[in-house]
Amino acid sequence: MAARRIYKTILLVILTIPILQGCGDKQWNNPYRDADTDKAIIYSAFQERPKELDPVKSYSASEYTFISQIYEPPLQYHYLKRPYQLIPLTATHMPTKVYLDDQGNELPAETNPDDIVFTDYIVQIQQGIKYQPHPALAQKDSGDYYYHELTQTDLNDVYVLADFAYQGSRELTANDYVYQIKRLAHPNLHSPLAGLLGNYIVDFKDYRERVLKAIEEHDESQWMDLRSIDMEGLEVLDDYSYRIRVKGVYPQFIYWLSMPFFSPIPWEADKFYAQSGMEERNISFDWYPIGTGPFMLTENNPNLRMVLDRNPNFHGESYPTEGEPGDEQMGLLEDAGKPLPLADKVVFSLEKESIPYFNKFLQGYYDTSGITSDSFDQSVELNSQGEFGLTEEMREKDIQLASAVQPSLFYLGFNMRDPVLGGDSESARLLRRAISIAVDYDEFISIFKNGRGIPAQGPIPPGIYGYEKGEAGINPYVYNWENNRPVRKSITEAKQLMVDAGYADGIDQKSGRPLILYFDTVSRGADTKALLNWMIKQFKKIDIELVIRGTDVNRYYDKIRDGKVQIYTLGWNADYPDPENFFFLLYGPHSVLDSKGQNYSNYSNPEFDALFDQMKNMENGPERMALIRQMNEIVRADAPWVWAFNPKGYSLYHSWYKNVKPNAMANNNIKYRRVEPEVRAQLREQWNKPILWPLYLLMFILIVTIIPAIRGYYQREKAKAL
Amino acid sequence: MPFQPVILITDALFFILTALLVVFILFARKREHISRPWKKVFKRSTGAVSLVVLSTYYSIAVLDSMHFNPRLENASTEQATYSNEILSVLDVFMTPMRTQVEKTFSAPLATHLLSKVMVPQEDGSMQQVYPRLKYGGAHLENPDQDKLVDIVLLVVRGILYAAIVWLVMWAVISFIYSRKVKLTISKSISKLFSSDQEYPVCAIAITTGIIITIVSVSMVVGSYYHLFGTDKVGQDVFYQAIKSIRTGILIGTLTTIVMLPVAITLGAMAGFFRGWVDDVIQYLYTTLNSIPGVLLIAASILLVQIYMSNNEENFNSLVERADIRLLFLCLILGITSWTGLCRLLRAETFKLREMEYIQAATAFGVTKFRILVRHVMPNFMHIVLITVALDFSGLVLAEAVLSYINIGVDPATNSWGNMINQARLEMARDPVVWWSLTAAFVFMFILVLFANLFADVVRDALDPRVAGSE
Amino acid sequence: MISYIIRRLLYAIPILIGVNIITFILFFVVNSPDHMAISQLGEKHTTPEQIEEWKRERGYHLPLLVNETETGIEKLTETIFFQKSIKLFVFDFGNSDSGRNIGYDISNRMWPSLAIAVPNLILGLLVTITLALIIAFFRATYIDYWAVVICVALMSISALFYIIGGQFVIGKLLQVVPISGYDTGLEAIKFLILPVIIGVVGGIGSGTRWYRTIFLEEINKDYVRTARSKGLSEQLVLFRHVLRNALIPILTGVVVVLPMLFMGSLLVESFFGIPGLGSYTIDAINSQDFAIVRSMVYLGSVLYIIGLILTDISYTLVDPRIRLN
Repeated sequence: MAARRIYKTILLVILTIPILQGCGDKQWNNPYRDADTDKAIIYSAFQERPKELDPVKSYSASEYTFISQIYEPPLQYHYLKRPYQLIPLTATHMPTKVYLDDQGNELPAETNPDDIVFTDYIVQIQQGIKYQPHPALAQKDSGDYYYHELTQTDLNDVYVLADFAYQGSRELTANDYVYQIKRLAHPNLHSPLAGLLGNYIVDFKDYRERVLKAIEEHDESQWMDLRSIDMEGLEVLDDYSYRIRVKGVYPQFIYWLSMPFFSPIPWEADKFYAQSGMEERNISFDWYPIGTGPFMLTENNPNLRMVLDRNPNFHGESYPTEGEPGDEQMGLLEDAGKPLPLADKVVFSLEKESIPYFNKFLQGYYDTSGITSDSFDQSVELNSQGEFGLTEEMREKDIQLASAVQPSLFYLGFNMRDPVLGGDSESARLLRRAISIAVDYDEFISIFKNGRGIPAQGPIPPGIYGYEKGEAGINPYVYNWENNRPVRKSITEAKQLMVDAGYADGIDQKSGRPLILYFDTVSRGADTKALLNWMIKQFKKIDIELVIRGTDVNRYYDKIRDGKVQIYTLGWNADYPDPENFFFLLYGPHSVLDSKGQNYSNYSNPEFDALFDQMKNMENGPERMALIRQMNEIVRADAPWVWAFNPKGYSLYHSWYKNVKPNAMANNNIKYRRVEPEVRAQLREQWNKPILWPLYLLMFILIVTIIPAIRGYYQREKAKAL
Repeated sequence: MPFQPVILITDALFFILTALLVVFILFARKREHISRPWKKVFKRSTGAVSLVVLSTYYSIAVLDSMHFNPRLENASTEQATYSNEILSVLDVFMTPMRTQVEKTFSAPLATHLLSKVMVPQEDGSMQQVYPRLKYGGAHLENPDQDKLVDIVLLVVRGILYAAIVWLVMWAVISFIYSRKVKLTISKSISKLFSSDQEYPVCAIAITTGIIITIVSVSMVVGSYYHLFGTDKVGQDVFYQAIKSIRTGILIGTLTTIVMLPVAITLGAMAGFFRGWVDDVIQYLYTTLNSIPGVLLIAASILLVQIYMSNNEENFNSLVERADIRLLFLCLILGITSWTGLCRLLRAETFKLREMEYIQAATAFGVTKFRILVRHVMPNFMHIVLITVALDFSGLVLAEAVLSYINIGVDPATNSWGNMINQARLEMARDPVVWWSLTAAFVFMFILVLFANLFADVVRDALDPRVAGSE
Repeated sequence: MISYIIRRLLYAIPILIGVNIITFILFFVVNSPDHMAISQLGEKHTTPEQIEEWKRERGYHLPLLVNETETGIEKLTETIFFQKSIKLFVFDFGNSDSGRNIGYDISNRMWPSLAIAVPNLILGLLVTITLALIIAFFRATYIDYWAVVICVALMSISALFYIIGGQFVIGKLLQVVPISGYDTGLEAIKFLILPVIIGVVGGIGSGTRWYRTIFLEEINKDYVRTARSKGLSEQLVLFRHVLRNALIPILTGVVVVLPMLFMGSLLVESFFGIPGLGSYTIDAINSQDFAIVRSMVYLGSVLYIIGLILTDISYTLVDPRIRLN
């Protein structure tokens, strides 16, 4: 009898499963709440936890993803136009530039740059821009602030910023911009830009000292008001305009004005966050930004997800009405003139592993996804014209592809102070050139990057002024121009260079010993091994024995700084679209050993340095181009770096995600994006039908194996009973 | 000399271990009370089969630990110069697999790359094709038609070779056996394989047969094809999986010999002297035990990296660096794992101390040290051996997990952990690149499975509690 | 009883001091604060002054053990050892190297870890004990033999394979549950199903085998034989006598791991993107955030010691023969 009871229960369990399945046709694997399905929410992911969201400190892509949507510097890059063009964001027009002599007298615009002592930038901002609602700005009727004199008991029930009941806002003024620039100089905030700005903004360096002194005299429990300490280089002209005075001529300065470093910060927020008890709750600029931008951060959980909501006080901006030729055909102008932002909410989920990220994208739970080298074959293939296109699988899902060469450069650097590889001797130069040919970055790109990049021909990457396409742009020491494309010189030529350099067959002719070179690298991650083997193989081609020295990241930089490396790799992302930002990496006075600069190869060529000084202050034009060509020729011939490659960014996005155009300079792109939730809901449903038969099968197998056990059990019982 | 021997530190330790093992076997053979439980292990077919499998892995590790620098051919000077490259004897055996590197991924036994590549055609146009592999199945004119037949023929050839080796091997064994039992060859063969034979000869014969067949078939097929395909940079996955054996075995064995002296001395001292010695030792292992192992390992691995970059001149090649890191990993794993054994030994010594014969020895005025060495230690050796056997598989598994968190062996070392770590990303590809993961899984699973089975048998045979109840 | 617990707690203090010294050596002597500063400040435009300032702000500029510039007791307190290690005793973890408050993060991330670990433990116990009982019932039959072999085989598979395989098959191919992620409240359930199943399945091999030995040991005892000879049915013997008495070793074995549940699972959490303490630890290791690693080491040690004390107490509770003294 008991046996029958058990069978019955099992049967019941099996029968209930399809009922469970019937309860609603929503997707079982939906990682979001079902109620959100129909809303205009952009779903995105972040792979790396942002370290801090304070515009004074943030300097990485993972942080700009968030703060660029929230903070608004005076300028921005035009979303559609190429080459990149700066346009006003909160400014009414582009900043006016005034040249001054050492007395502060205005000079005409055509003055010889050598005679200019100061440059003034005068920024005029729009009226009526308001901050997002924030407790720091909440005022009582009396004009006092609600939360500026908090006690420990007030904070008892506070865990996140939203626990403060009152919120307030106020108009943006020029003071706020000046306040932030002072924060950049604040020694305790460690802005990565402080060193650089110290060289340019008048009184910036001394200001740091004055603040340091003020801190020492200051009562620690009290907030230090930076408004009380003035900086000579900064002046608030009226509520809506301010002036920055820069030493000499620094045309690139204007680009910095488009970066979050130069966003406005209300002093109220600084005071609010400085209160004791806030830091223990992680309530600080690092985690709760306050801006004027289209979005504001409403949920802040860097361990799980970050949510941006539409800022109700946004001053309004409209979608650009003109773009590059071809943008209209791409549908990028469909929303022209519509008020921004086009989405109500952006949900960023933490997705550290690339596999789940890509799979969730395919399931429709992320609107967009990058392509890693492992998902590349699945999503992209070469079409008959030799261009990258989407695979059949992707096209079936109506997935779109966006690609752009990034204004970045990866390079294999030689330490120019090294006795073997470095220096100005002809032998070392030829050796460097031989290596430049042997290390086949064309192959590197195809193996490790799946073709997501182009071999670099010199310091200037595509998209930056001074880059040249076609035959004129190739590096004649590594490439030949054949059949309308650059072809890497043969290994025979590299071996000939080795012979000329005195290292025939990899044997040093002077000492008779084999040539051994050392490659320093960060040994980390799964790909490292394959990559290092590949590197050894490249040097082997010209009979050089390569020894790998792997270390952790910290040590690696230590060694580069101390000049203890022979060969190393690094990359550089453009801060702004100007050739100066790349050439300065090879500028002699910036050598890392002498001046702790960014010239990690310690390359120094007086001719190059002179040209650099001349080039950096020039406006783009034929004269500048001529100088750039000369500089390119010098560094290509000297080959202090192997110009490795310029990465190409590919990203995929779904058909319901609109207005996607890669923009390597601007980060505040989300306001232009639009989603079509209905299409998305429908496709998600279609793509995510749970497959249950294997589970049934598994259950069936389990039952089949259990039955003999149960029978055995009863037999045993019976045998005992007898 | 065509080569210059290189002895890495782990090699040296591993050879010492092997020598100790041999000494122990020779020593135990003469002594009935030591060898009896071991005979029990061999009499169980599980024990014998596991032992054969484990010995195979072990011999591969031994072969892979004999390192040398090959001589450079092109050196112009009179004096012989040697390459900086460090090879092992195993590399020589596996030369075709080691050197036949393709461009990138290819499936097991494939003749073409996994993904399409643009190839310029004769008429100048570009076309997308699956290019032929440089080595895998390169001897075939028409791979689509001939591949299957070719592979079957190769397998048959492999089996034939295997059969010959196997027959010769067992003929020799039978011959020796016949001399020993003083019977005619045919009679002794039938006696050797009869079911009432003391040792499970049949099972051993079958296992050796299977292993020899696998080795021979993979050698034959492997020199024409990539048995388990190739990885991202075109390296043979089968070769990597085999090379990983050394890492696995070394971590499993070196860790234990590193920790044994400490655990035995401290455990015996704590149990024997009691009092403050006991307190200090207990304090030591409770403290170490209370630190989460992973974090201790993470911190120590960083330490090693910093040490190595400070003493760069001592570590010239990638192999040497990886070797030091492997050694340190063993050390650190040893530090985190000796506490368990120490505790067991302390308790056992506690018990032994109260035994009459030790009381008697004390009464006779035998020195404490002598009592410890002569009377206490031999009597808890079974616990040591059981722990070593049981820990082995856990350590092999731990390596994989640690590599995932980047605190395991050097990324440049061949190890199953590194293979899994790399293959994890490849699972997202379409078509799925499953072979790296599978190869690591199969090789690791077999080792751990037989190590576990062997440990079970050893425990049953050596543990007086279990042994007594049977 | 209470005096015993107090004594045990006092005994824990020297151990925690020992842990502190070990971590101090590993994290400050071996890896100097300069390295931390560089890795935290990033590479672009970093100057030595900034590194100094960063260290000063976080208290890493102090000397390691003895501060010669100070006088009196401050000679010892104004040092890295005092500031960074002694404060751990009162669970003042301070800020991570990247600037977040560690105590706050730990208290937040503890819950997701528990949300996986607790169901995992309970379900795991239920499944493995049931299986072990069934196997014990069929002891010395072919079912027993093969069950043990299967258990050993399951044990021999690396946890990584369970996770990679489970995520690939159930999450990607079958689309039954979300591949990864987490949510708060009841919404978390759909994210927890897969990790918990994988955790349970991964533990079946070793768990079942372990409990089987416990049961068998118990079955071979005299009182069981007596009970059986009284004519009690096998079921009754197993449930009433064997299971009950075997619960003592099982329970004490469980109690010792209870506090460690807080620490979370390193692998499962990072594979499934669950924001628990396990993934917190892994992230800290990978980003070389030593302040977090140090705090986690300390937390782990404290929890381990609590586990030991709990075990001792639970012994007395389940077995009145054992007295604490």
